[in-house]
Amino acid sequence: MIDAAVGQGDRAMDDALQGRSSVLAQPRDLPVGPIGRSGLGLWGVGTLIATEAALFAYLLFAYYYTGAAAPQGWLLEPHPTLRLALPNTIILLVSSGFAWYGETGVLRQRRYRALVGFGLTFVLGTLFAVIQGFEWQQRPFSLGDSSYASLYYITTGLHIAHVLIGLLVLAAIFLWTALDYFSPRRRLSVSAGVIYWHFVDIIWLFIFTTYYITPYLGFGR
Amino acid sequence: MRAADFRSPAIGPHSLEHEARLARLWETSPGLKGFLGTVDHKQIGIRYIVTAFIFLALGGIEALLMRLQLAGPNLSLLTPEQYNELFSTHGMTMIFLYAAPILSGFSNYLWPLLLGSRDMAFPRLNALSYWIYLASGIFLYVGFLTGNGPNDGWFNYVPYAARDYNPGLNEDFYSLGMVFLGISTTVGAANFIVTALRARAPGLSLNRLPILVWGTLTASAANLVVVPAVSLAFFMLWLDRQFGTHFFDPAGGGQPLLWQHLFWIFGHPWVYAIVLPAMGMVSQGLPVFCRRPLVGYGSVALSTVATMVLGFGVWVHHMFATGLPGLGLSFFSGASIAIVFPSAVAVFAWLATIWLGRPVITTAFLYFSSMILMFVIGGVSGFMTASVPVDWQLTDTYFVVAHIHYVLIGINVFPVLGAVYYWFPKMTGRMMDERLGRWNFWLTLIGFNLAFLPMHLTGLLGMPRRIYTYPEGMGWDSLNMITTIGSFVLAAGVLLFIFNVLKSLRSGAVADTNPWDAPTLEWSVPSPPPPYNFAVIPTVASRYPLWEGRLGGTGAVSSLDRGMLLESGKETIATSSMDAMPEMIVEMPHDTSAPFVLTIGTALLFIGLLVKTWTLAALGLILLAAAILAWLWPRRELREREARS
Repeated sequence: MIDAAVGQGDRAMDDALQGRSSVLAQPRDLPVGPIGRSGLGLWGVGTLIATEAALFAYLLFAYYYTGAAAPQGWLLEPHPTLRLALPNTIILLVSSGFAWYGETGVLRQRRYRALVGFGLTFVLGTLFAVIQGFEWQQRPFSLGDSSYASLYYITTGLHIAHVLIGLLVLAAIFLWTALDYFSPRRRLSVSAGVIYWHFVDIIWLFIFTTYYITPYLGFGR
Repeated sequence: MRAADFRSPAIGPHSLEHEARLARLWETSPGLKGFLGTVDHKQIGIRYIVTAFIFLALGGIEALLMRLQLAGPNLSLLTPEQYNELFSTHGMTMIFLYAAPILSGFSNYLWPLLLGSRDMAFPRLNALSYWIYLASGIFLYVGFLTGNGPNDGWFNYVPYAARDYNPGLNEDFYSLGMVFLGISTTVGAANFIVTALRARAPGLSLNRLPILVWGTLTASAANLVVVPAVSLAFFMLWLDRQFGTHFFDPAGGGQPLLWQHLFWIFGHPWVYAIVLPAMGMVSQGLPVFCRRPLVGYGSVALSTVATMVLGFGVWVHHMFATGLPGLGLSFFSGASIAIVFPSAVAVFAWLATIWLGRPVITTAFLYFSSMILMFVIGGVSGFMTASVPVDWQLTDTYFVVAHIHYVLIGINVFPVLGAVYYWFPKMTGRMMDERLGRWNFWLTLIGFNLAFLPMHLTGLLGMPRRIYTYPEGMGWDSLNMITTIGSFVLAAGVLLFIFNVLKSLRSGAVADTNPWDAPTLEWSVPSPPPPYNFAVIPTVASRYPLWEGRLGGTGAVSSLDRGMLLESGKETIATSSMDAMPEMIVEMPHDTSAPFVLTIGTALLFIGLLVKTWTLAALGLILLAAAILAWLWPRRELREREARS
């Protein structure tokens, strides 16, 4: 249809004349489907975590931006009590340890160890959510009191929403492990869920630092 | 080692029976089941394109109504309230429901074909991103059609968007609709990123990526991290409106400017997200009609990425007139001016490609090359407003409206129309009519410039944007009349385009595999491509596999006719990110209704939130969770679990 500036030769003949050789990928022994942690699904979880991390970064940006511009007395609780928040943080961190422990159970083909690990993670995660509920009850302010109150509840609230999603994921992993679906080789679902749980915990550390520690450093007072 | 876990793929030429076997494996089932369940990227891509064009037409009709209202001074075709809803819905439609989805549509259709793959990395996610896009578009338009469209402009500043000033459901539809649409953009972006990095033909290393892929990949990486900003902002606005929070309300210690920051942290990278893939289309298509490779491939790829990196640091140039500290303004002004450099790289690369090539004048070429001119005009007017004092003079005038239209029509619509002329033969097996194409091109080009070039002057003469009418004697009358005439000429051009598409679909000349003699892999498969794309997985040895032997290089030759057969299931190959070495045989999912059901659940959730009917929202949530559980349930055929008996 269009004449080519570079000329239309018979390609095979050109190749022969110029001593080119065709390259051909002939791989041997490729894994079929996800093996261990290497599969496309893990990359999917990576993108999920990137976008969720961005969400929480914007939440914290909103806090620091509003707080930095606010007049004195913006914090409704200049010295937030750590009585529940600190133990709860430790509970969440320990739960991540159990998630890891459960994953090693799958890796070493010890199903009961895996079930104990995921089960305890689930219990501690639920405990975290319940204690967070008490924490909300004990705050001396409510959602509509000020911009500080609104930011506190939306940030911790969205985090709890992620904890609840994580709990559902853990329940699914527990069930699938109980059904003996996994082996050290076929276990991407487990690793993906555990990584997500670690992520939810790490995000909490940023929130905890922002809302419970920076007031003691003088931010927003 | 168990045989099921590892395999050496059989290598061979393609044969008729091999192709028949693949067709059986990959074909979408007929009827409603296939319609709702298909995961074929080509079908999804075409749906995206058609849906986005429908939104383009709707947004265009809204614009024409506004142009009638503004054709002369003191007209009263529309009430101020109607005008508010029209310009806001026009912006929302064009920017969110047309400009990004149309590019996703092309990329969805083209990527696996360009990359030598049989589908995207996550076919089901692909279906989900389309269904969510459709459902959220309908959601937003139900608002508009029931008199509850957005009425505060597409960037929706508080306090006017707050409940005290805006008591109707308008802003609730817009807020929730945008959070809804954000899901589609995000999952689509995730899919593009993983596809580009993991699902390519062997040998298609990063430095051989088709240039279009660079554009969409860069835009997707940005979308992944900036869409949460706008979703969060709209969610907070909805809470402020419905639950008495004080994020943006100064009376409760909130910050109205927080809205602007969150919106533009998203908004400016988004502007690049809706032009970079379109620039990629030009870089992909223009050289074909210049009969030579793109000049400066490496520089263009790098400048694409550089534009986006700088693009993260320029959002405040939308806020120069808000009273921010001078130091901040200087920084963002400098960053905005610096963006000229990577943008200019692309312009000079295209010019050099035309200069050094032997241009063949087709409609596609005309669209691609005329885009360069409009890119320069829109770029220069953008560069002007990057300067703080100039921006103070021009902000919120028609100058800015002229700028955004040069950018969005010039760098998005024109490349897209060119792309339709260029890839239509591949998608449909028929050529578009070139004679109609010329008429169509000149009408759109003349109409567009007639409408928007004088608009710069309207702005310089001080006409503010977003006013529903204006008094006589301001010196704006004839300019506005010219703009209105131009917009109708442009509309006639678009109408002719749609006519050409429908006519060519029925009676266009039959296209062979490679009607333009183009160099990239999509032109090595039949037009339209079979459901499995590639009968054998090609091995790529250069950037232009179909032009090897003519370019005088010394490299090896790509293998397109022999390769991995992968016919024992619905399979394709995953490769390493940098060098595209084969790493894994991927079992691809079959048709499934899970994405559709998930979308229904999500839609119910958002409707429930809108009308505050919590049972409906809970029902939606349960449906949504059930669909996700079914979707993620480990399957034997996908090798997600052990094959124990």
